[in-house]
Amino acid sequence: MTERDDPLWEVFVRSRRGLSHNHVGSLHAADAEMALQNARDVFTRRMEGVSIWVVPSAAITASSPEERDPFFEPAADKPYRHPTFYDIPKEVKQL
Amino acid sequence: MLRLADDCFVLSHRLAEWSSRAPTLEEDVALTNIALDLLGQARRLYEHAARLDGTGRSEDEYVFMRDERDFVNCLLVEQENGDFATTIVRELLFSTYQLGLCGALRESADATLAAVAAKAHTEVTYHVSHARQWTVRLGDGTAESHIRTQTALDALWPYTHELFESDDVTPSLVADGVAAAPAALMPEWSASIGTVLAEATLERPETTWAPSGGRRGLHTERFGYMLAEMQHLHRAHPGARW
Repeated sequence: MTERDDPLWEVFVRSRRGLSHNHVGSLHAADAEMALQNARDVFTRRMEGVSIWVVPSAAITASSPEERDPFFEPAADKPYRHPTFYDIPKEVKQL
Repeated sequence: MLRLADDCFVLSHRLAEWSSRAPTLEEDVALTNIALDLLGQARRLYEHAARLDGTGRSEDEYVFMRDERDFVNCLLVEQENGDFATTIVRELLFSTYQLGLCGALRESADATLAAVAAKAHTEVTYHVSHARQWTVRLGDGTAESHIRTQTALDALWPYTHELFESDDVTPSLVADGVAAAPAALMPEWSASIGTVLAEATLERPETTWAPSGGRRGLHTERFGYMLAEMQHLHRAHPGARW
C-alpha cells in the first residue's frame, strides 16, 4: 500500500452548528470511510469541528484559471449587486 | 491500578515509536493521536495509583525510575511494532479488550477509576473503530496484506490469553466492586474479534501456548530495550527540563 495508490479526498468541516461546512484541505485514503477517519485525525485534533464531509477530489469540477476573465470579469463593474445599502443588526454575527 | 496504567503507558510508547515513520501522513497522525489518548489515561491512572499506594510518586517516577521487573503491563502491549499489520492487529486485540474493561469499570466502586474509565471509553471506542477498519482492509485487501495480517495475528494471539487471567489479588478486588472480573470480559471480546476476523477473511488462530507473567513483572526480551531507550535520558540527567 502506498500513498500514491490511494485516491485524493477533499475535506469539509463544519466548525459549529449553524455555520456551513468549509473546505479545510485534502488527504489520501483508500475509501470513503477511511477518508472520514483520516479527516477526523488530521483536521479536527484541536476541536475544530462538529461535522465532517469528505468528497472524492475527482468528483469536483473546477473552473480553470484560463477562464478567469470571462467568468469573473463581468461582475467587476456592477457595484449595485452588493447589498451594501442595508444596515446589519448588531445581533447578527453570521451572515 | 498500576496494571491498567502500565498497559496504557507501554502501548502508548510503542505507538509513539511510529511517529514520523508511519506509512502515510494520515496514519502518522492517527497513531500518535491514539498514543496521546493512552498517555492521558496512563497519567490519570498513575496519579491515582500514587494516592492509593501512599507514596505520592510523580508520573515521571513511575515511568522513568522503575525497573523492568516493576512494570506489570501485559505482554501483548510490549510486543514490537513490527510491520503496519502487526501494529494494527495488536491495537485490535488490545483496544477491544480495553473497551470491554472500561465499559465494566465505569461501574467501579472506586469513583476516580470509574471517572477515568468513562472518559477512556469514548476514546477507546474510536481506537477500536480505527483498528477494525484497518484489519478488514488489510485482511481482505491484497494477497500480500492478507498474509502479513494473518502472520501478525498468529504471532500475537498467544499473548491474548493473559488478558483474561486472574491471580490472587483479583478476586478480592472484584468482590469489593473495584475491578472487573477478567474472565467475564472474555465472551464479548471473543465475539467482537470473531466478527472482525470473519469480515477480514482471517482465520482465528488455535493455540494452546499461553505466555504469561507480565502482571508479575516477567517480561519479554524486547521490553528491556524499550525501557532502556526510554529511560536513559531521564536517568542520565535527573530532573532535566526543556
